Amino acid sequence: MTAQPHTGGTTDGDGVAIRASGLTKRFGKLAAVDHVDLEVPARHVYGFLGPNGSGKSTTIRMLCGLLTPTEGEIEVLGLRIPAQADELRSHIGYMTQKFSLFEDLTVRENLEFLAAIQGVPKAKTKSRIDELVEQYHFGDLQKQLAGTMSGGQKQRLGLACAVIHEPELLFLDEPTSAVDPESRRDFWEKLFELADVGTTLLVSTHLMDEAERCHRLAILDRGTLVADGTPDELMAKLKGRTFLVETADPRRAQHVLVDVPGVLGVAQVGNTLRVLTADDGGEATQRMDKALADAGQKGEVMPAPPNLEDVFVAATRNGDAKDDRREHAA
Amino acid sequence: MNWRRLWAIVIKELRQLGRDRITLAMIVGIPVIQLVLFGYAINLNLRGLDAGIADQANTAGSRALVMDMLATGVVTPVARADTPQQLMTMIRRGRISIGIAVPPDFERRRIDGRELAQVLVDGSDTTVQGAAAQLAQVPIDSAVPDTRAPMTSTPPGARISVVSFYNPQRQSAINIVPGLIGVILTMTMVLFTAIAIVRERERGNMELLIATPLTSTELMVGKVLPYVAIGLVQTSVILVLGMWLFDVPIRGNVFDVYLAAGLLILGNLSLGLLISTQARSQFQAMQMTFFVFLPSILLSGFMFPFAGMPKVVQWIAEVLPLTHFLRLIRGVMLRGAGLWEMWIDVLALAAFTLMMMTLAILRFRKRLD
Repeated sequence: MTAQPHTGGTTDGDGVAIRASGLTKRFGKLAAVDHVDLEVPARHVYGFLGPNGSGKSTTIRMLCGLLTPTEGEIEVLGLRIPAQADELRSHIGYMTQKFSLFEDLTVRENLEFLAAIQGVPKAKTKSRIDELVEQYHFGDLQKQLAGTMSGGQKQRLGLACAVIHEPELLFLDEPTSAVDPESRRDFWEKLFELADVGTTLLVSTHLMDEAERCHRLAILDRGTLVADGTPDELMAKLKGRTFLVETADPRRAQHVLVDVPGVLGVAQVGNTLRVLTADDGGEATQRMDKALADAGQKGEVMPAPPNLEDVFVAATRNGDAKDDRREHAA
Repeated sequence: MNWRRLWAIVIKELRQLGRDRITLAMIVGIPVIQLVLFGYAINLNLRGLDAGIADQANTAGSRALVMDMLATGVVTPVARADTPQQLMTMIRRGRISIGIAVPPDFERRRIDGRELAQVLVDGSDTTVQGAAAQLAQVPIDSAVPDTRAPMTSTPPGARISVVSFYNPQRQSAINIVPGLIGVILTMTMVLFTAIAIVRERERGNMELLIATPLTSTELMVGKVLPYVAIGLVQTSVILVLGMWLFDVPIRGNVFDVYLAAGLLILGNLSLGLLISTQARSQFQAMQMTFFVFLPSILLSGFMFPFAGMPKVVQWIAEVLPLTHFLRLIRGVMLRGAGLWEMWIDVLALAAFTLMMMTLAILRFRKRLD
């Protein structure tokens, strides 16, 4: 609203919405985010994939100026953060991980409140709210207290409130963590609609299927950025390293395979095992065959196309398959 | 300062408050209950203390004296005794609180101008002692001038009037009600805002709010304004009930009363906000509120006379808004003074508010770290 056109509210000429370099946040001795370099292109849905505690929320909070970085440079929509954070606020929408709207206000009251706070022009407020009520299917729920709605409805309201002032950039911190699959699909539809009209979205998630939908993604692990690119690029790098193992006793076979050198991860999917190996030109296959034979297990090792979960495992686990099982189970 | 955003906060607070039925009920409930409780129960007036009477003279004069003492209403005769010793035994056993002993040579003592009678007191209760002191005023005042003339020659009203001058019933209720406005406003107002910010932090609303263009000042002022209105409602409830139940006068200007109350409300709300920016949980905010509330009640002059406190304690009391408010409200309501005559206390309250508000706004940062 108050930003000058040449300083605020524009992506730079090369279409980059967010640029960060050496971004670091320490809480005491713990480095929650450790020298992360990021470049988020405008009008994209950019995903942050990582387990809980990997630094996704901390990074998002630093990018929208809520946390001061210990080190590093941030430029968001051409504004230096945190110095110009106040200016940035009218250009971004932020949806927190926890439902952060007022549970004791109705759907419409929440929208009205956010419209006033975000400076939606008074004359446009009513039509904008009506529009959102329509788009986000709140027709019958307008007078319902936000606290009494279902998880999916709350997420929708959160998003509607975050976009009420039509921000250029939207930060979504694990927006669908408490939502059923159908609501999640609807929610993602909405995100792509927003990207279509020119909004840049930064979405954090720990769900593979969501990450797979993103135009680009960054994988975070224990505060460091371990991989980034489009999902296809990331998966292509794993060509020839993923296998399916059919066996009669998958649990025992898993124990055997985990100890084979070069095996990065073994996950049971139904009656088959999904194995990710290190990049060693297929040697691991032979070792797996041998190990299974030695253990008296009948099993067939077949190559399989990599998926994003493999990418995630490959990026976060370097050589140690054992401590990875826990992670996979989650 | 953006007025639309400020107004949005005010409306939001009022809407939330409107849905919080218990808090809503408390806004009126607390003043009503406290007023009735303090007004009636904490009453320094002692009436109907159980008394024993040992009238050893049993002359017309002595009987008249005893009747005069009973007429004050402070004591109710529940036992008769023959000697002061019997009275003492009854006191020790807790049967009576006060004994009235008239010696056999009452008439001679009257002529000589000596002590006429004795009031024996249960000294274990200091308030009873005070009441007895007033009883003792009756014979001593009336003893000297008339010698043989019966007691009735002095109008009984005169003797009672001595006592009624000290009759604490009117005094205590009248003193307590204006003070009670201050106490109730201190209790409710500080707590309202002390919780206001912490609650939003706990519920996660704050992270959303600080990511918007809303400024600290808009948020702080927006949170205070609705409660100013509520504080004035509470003031009105106490004033109306005080006048209706206890005949508390407003000798000064009603506008001055509200102005003084408004100053205290703002001071307390700002203090609450400051607490709220410091506290990490609603429980902590509550504890900090009581940390302020107790000294307010004890040191402000509401419960104990300000003049009787040691100098150091008086300095501490000068920091508390309630101290200044009590001086203002008693001045306006009981002495009919104008606020401007007590400008120092008006200034003190305004300065307190300004300081707390500034600190709260400075303390509140639009950051999570």
